Amino acid sequence: MQFTIEVGRYNPEGHYAETAVPGQPFPPPWNASPARRYQTYTVDLPSHAVVLDALIAIREYQDPSLAVRCACRSAICGSCGMWINGHANLACKSKLEAFTQDGKTRVESPPSMPIIRDLVCDMTPFWDKHLAVKPWLQNKEPLPSPDEEYRVPNAAMEELIQEVSCISCGACLMDCESFAVNPDFLGPQALAQAYRYVGDPRDAKTKERLGELSRPGGIWDCTHCFECVQQCPKGVAPLDQILKLRKLAVDAGYTNNAGTRHADAFADSVKHSGRLNELTLLPKSVGFFNIMDQLKTLPSAINMARAGKLPPLIHKAIPGVERIKKIFQRVGGRFK
Amino acid sequence: MIADHDIVVLGAGLAGMRAALEAARAGSNVAIVTKVHPIRSHSSAAQGGINAAIAEEDTWESHAFDTVKGSDYLADQEAVEIMCREAPADIIEFEHMGVIFYRNEEGMLGRRAFGGASLARTYFVGDITGQALLVTLYDQILKAGVKVYEEWFATAIDMEDGKCRGVVALEMITGELHLLRAKALIFATGGLGRLYEPSTNALICTGDGYSLAYRAGAPLMDMAMVQYHPTTLAGSGFLMTEAARGEGAYLLNSLDERFMQKYAPNKMELAARDVTSRAEATEIAQGRGIDGNVLLDLRHLGRDVILKKLPQIHEMALDYLGIDMIEQPVPVRPGMHYQMGGIKTDVDGATRVPGIYAAGEVACVSVHGGNRLGANSLLDTIVFGRRSGRAAALYAQSVELSAGGEILLREEQERLDDLLSRPYTGETCAGLRLELATMMDEKVGLYRDEAGLNEALAALNEYRKRYRNVAVGDKGRVFNQALTFVLELGFMLDCGETIIRDALDRTESRGAHTRTDYPERNDRDWLKHTLLTYRGEGAEPELSYMPVTITQWQPEVRTY
Repeated sequence: MQFTIEVGRYNPEGHYAETAVPGQPFPPPWNASPARRYQTYTVDLPSHAVVLDALIAIREYQDPSLAVRCACRSAICGSCGMWINGHANLACKSKLEAFTQDGKTRVESPPSMPIIRDLVCDMTPFWDKHLAVKPWLQNKEPLPSPDEEYRVPNAAMEELIQEVSCISCGACLMDCESFAVNPDFLGPQALAQAYRYVGDPRDAKTKERLGELSRPGGIWDCTHCFECVQQCPKGVAPLDQILKLRKLAVDAGYTNNAGTRHADAFADSVKHSGRLNELTLLPKSVGFFNIMDQLKTLPSAINMARAGKLPPLIHKAIPGVERIKKIFQRVGGRFK
Repeated sequence: MIADHDIVVLGAGLAGMRAALEAARAGSNVAIVTKVHPIRSHSSAAQGGINAAIAEEDTWESHAFDTVKGSDYLADQEAVEIMCREAPADIIEFEHMGVIFYRNEEGMLGRRAFGGASLARTYFVGDITGQALLVTLYDQILKAGVKVYEEWFATAIDMEDGKCRGVVALEMITGELHLLRAKALIFATGGLGRLYEPSTNALICTGDGYSLAYRAGAPLMDMAMVQYHPTTLAGSGFLMTEAARGEGAYLLNSLDERFMQKYAPNKMELAARDVTSRAEATEIAQGRGIDGNVLLDLRHLGRDVILKKLPQIHEMALDYLGIDMIEQPVPVRPGMHYQMGGIKTDVDGATRVPGIYAAGEVACVSVHGGNRLGANSLLDTIVFGRRSGRAAALYAQSVELSAGGEILLREEQERLDDLLSRPYTGETCAGLRLELATMMDEKVGLYRDEAGLNEALAALNEYRKRYRNVAVGDKGRVFNQALTFVLELGFMLDCGETIIRDALDRTESRGAHTRTDYPERNDRDWLKHTLLTYRGEGAEPELSYMPVTITQWQPEVRTY
């Protein structure tokens, strides 16, 4: 079967084939990423072939100058995370047929990461975040003797297989909406790995970890866009792990932060009126007297007003709000 | 750039990082050179588990006997004893580092059955055991602050008066060549699967270390012993872990028979790998295959066991063959998987060259002899990785760092510049690699004979000539993979030559080495190792022999 592949080429030394056509600059927030030149190749492969098969075929028999990281070819090593048709995917797990749009498949290095060459991006931001969550066991004392393992239920280990299945391909971070506008956000992979240790009964620093993760750049900076869940090729579902961390952090008493206050204000509003009071959400989240942070949102507010998206100034309760309160009582917990 | 370290480890898989961690613990200034990020190393592809006699009813002697028998009595029994005695403590140490091993009902390490073992002694994390060990070890390396030269490609070893004093490596991202001076090098560069097509191995397994060490003067041992894994996925050749059969999967032929009954009536599907692979090949050759495959049937294990204990191979069969193993058997066939031979080392990783150590697949201690048991390779990496790290650190305390090395750096720069300026003549690196690897699979694969091996040798010599005309299809400096592929092909040619020479010489059948013209094991003449020593460009390797160390298990007839 014939497949057409459009590859985003980038060469810091400036060598390009004549057939490589300049691409459009990326839209904000990625406009700082250097523009690529796009080169089109045609490859003949079986119908079940994956994007990586095409890239290897190009590199081996058409254009040896194409740089692409790959090793295992079977979604184990995590080397070939890249943008395919504008979203992060593993090239070795993406079927060409499924990713053919308008007769072609577009492959490029994600503009959300620094680029080195062609499909090879600089993963330094990814690994820095990984390191920042102290991704190693801080052992519970006393350590068992050298001939004895920690005795823990299998269920506790099995629960962590989901996070240990992470192959560090970076797909989640490449497409993370929050990381795109806030480079300091720890991001989905690092936070999933943070949960891997918070959730480990052999780790002694659960509380300290939760405290660190509750700081700015941590668990509360995720915007629930679900990109990481959708793009992860191994089912790690980082957002699920972030939500688990939030609950554990609040339970551990780390509530003096904008994230917890935002969640509280949200729940409080729904409990009392049956719906969200967006006007009070912001001051309650950042603090009523935190004028600076409130002013920072002014441009967004103006844009919202222009688009007719401002919430009503008078907030009314919905009919039957008493029943909502009963739900809160039934559920129990913090908002009873 | 020129940098100095006590110890430089080549390779960042399990053996390399374990060696680096141990050397760092011993106080050495240690650095790792790796051509891919450590997490991309091929150790992550080890699926099924890691062996140790930890259970109360198990003994290290039983583990050692199974290993020796599995090796077809070519393993050195002193080394096997060390590995099997030290296995439990090494695995427990990884548990303490945080590996989420499967537990039994008491919350202690739980186990599964594996091939060639007298009882279940394989400890595991689902079917991602290698990955689980690798990420844990990588994070320990981060914690210890070991320097890692990531995406640096080693091109040559610096020798002086027969002693190793460093390595020259290419930094992929800048295209710059650097000299790293060290008192000792530890080779942990992994296997050579790309020399065979198809193979379960990753594209990065190109035999770099075998060739570099061989040319530096360290002999290679038992290179003929190339393992074919019984269950590799039809088409792609990806690995379907032996743990599938450990959990109870069947092998079926086209008549729906569990054909292993004929070949290994006691162990059935859990016979040693060489036995099982040959049984499959026989069934296929006698017309009881299905399009050149046999079937791996897991259906009776049930959805829960498959999804919980074998999720990765379930995903792979689904992704690359469109087969859901919960409902359908999976077509599999024997495929090249592992090199038992390698750089000859003692039980502390020391080679015959002062300052060169080796561990993991690239090394040959020899604990695997003629055939490695499943779940013994991860064990090999962590036991002998640790031991070589310790021994190299001790050695480094006893010698001085050499000055110099700039000459080699300059020579290597010239060599690479020459390579880059070579004109294109129609010979491509990928084309030649594929010819070589297809030839190796055909003529130096599961079955061998003198005529075929002679043809293989002639072909290899021809490929060597053609290799001199291979041009580098990219002239840039930044991330020039075309250049490193050409260098890798050179390494593969050395590996191929030593494998063929050893296979031609060994006129018997033992373990993975099956000579159809010499079908029997011959203990009188061949209960010995073969060493292959480099004698210069264009010259045949020198062959010499070493007795097998036997401590308590005399060779017996091998049945399963």
